Amino acid sequence: MPEILDQARNQVLEGGVGLDQAGVLAVLNLPDEHLTATLQLAHEVRMRWCGPEVEVEGIVSLKTGGCPEDCHFCSQSGLFTSPVRSVWLDIPSLVKAAKQTAATGATEFCIVAAVRGPDARLMKQMREGVAAIKAEVDIQVAASLGMLTKEQVDELVDMGVHRYNHNLETCRSYFPNVVTTHSWEERWETLRMVRESGMEVCCGGILGLGETVEQRAEFAAQLAELDPHEVPLNFLNPRPGTPLGDRPVVEGKDALRAIAAFRLAMPRTILRYAGGREITLGDLGTRDGLLGGINAVIVGNYLTTLGRSATDDLKLLDDLKMPVKALSATL
Amino acid sequence: MIPMDEAIGMWCDRCGEAATTGTHPGCAAARALEPPRYCAHCRRRMKVQVLPVGWSAVCVEHGELRG
Ligand code: SF4
Ligand SMILES: [Zn+2]
Ligand SMILES: [Zn+2]
Repeated sequence: MPEILDQARNQVLEGGVGLDQAGVLAVLNLPDEHLTATLQLAHEVRMRWCGPEVEVEGIVSLKTGGCPEDCHFCSQSGLFTSPVRSVWLDIPSLVKAAKQTAATGATEFCIVAAVRGPDARLMKQMREGVAAIKAEVDIQVAASLGMLTKEQVDELVDMGVHRYNHNLETCRSYFPNVVTTHSWEERWETLRMVRESGMEVCCGGILGLGETVEQRAEFAAQLAELDPHEVPLNFLNPRPGTPLGDRPVVEGKDALRAIAAFRLAMPRTILRYAGGREITLGDLGTRDGLLGGINAVIVGNYLTTLGRSATDDLKLLDDLKMPVKALSATL
Repeated sequence: MIPMDEAIGMWCDRCGEAATTGTHPGCAAARALEPPRYCAHCRRRMKVQVLPVGWSAVCVEHGELRG
């Protein structure tokens, strides 16, 4: 057994203290022959500190495309030749999407907008949309609307948004290679205000943007320092027309190693499968990740691309004897 | 309004290039996990809304597709 796994067993599994950057790097550098043992340990850590439940979430795009920012992976930036056009979702369709999400047993519904930060029109749409959902659907509402002012944070709390997603996307040292229209520190500032407001912090990122293994470890350590309630883990799905459109997808084994390493860095967080798992991991890999540290999934489609059917994911959870977290357990 | 089935074969609905048969295997594979982006009849970029269940794509000239 490699020394780092022995150390993780004592420190993380027994003690509940996550690995630091050097520890995460050691896990990411383990050869393939230790992958099974690494995933097994990460799974034990997840079962010990989070339990067997899986949190199921659906996401919807309230405002798609035409974003003024230049995140190089994103098909919704208006600065690239991506074919994604700007479109707004109306409130009846938003409520219908929330109902369909709740029907899968999901407890979380996240409303997303492709913006630098919300303007008055978006905040109004949110206020009406969240109220309409709360009147008709039993589901927790989360939001992801870019960078916020303090007033907007307070408004979202007032609407009853219980969790806010704002991804750091990648580590601090690599961020300027991926985004030039705003800084990592600006994102951090929004996260700080969200945390102070009492909303749950949801913050993750994307692997496979061209970062080194060292930078992947740096990212895990920076997320651990933030200590988010939830970490959504995406794998780059290279989008036509974006600056990263020709990048290769992350190797399945590297993706699984990263899942385990992020779990060993953050034993108590909700670690969610987000975009890209279908192309990076396929069906078998998806199962391996759920047995290697993942304890939450996005079901159904993503914002601009499609996902596995919710039925397939729910059947997989059933096969794995992992109960879907109930709404009563989240309130 | 021209029926959508008559439009098939003119433009690739993923990349917007001419859809000569057999030249877009990558696009065809990718479309399993993506909605269409271009109208196959007129090559216009469509307004696409992806929802947790399903999607809709509207061409201003040729109407709406759903999947
Ligand atoms: S801010 Fe969000 S929507 Fe805008 S380009 Fe960046 S990732 Fe895309
Ligand atoms: Zn094509
Ligand atoms: Zn058309």
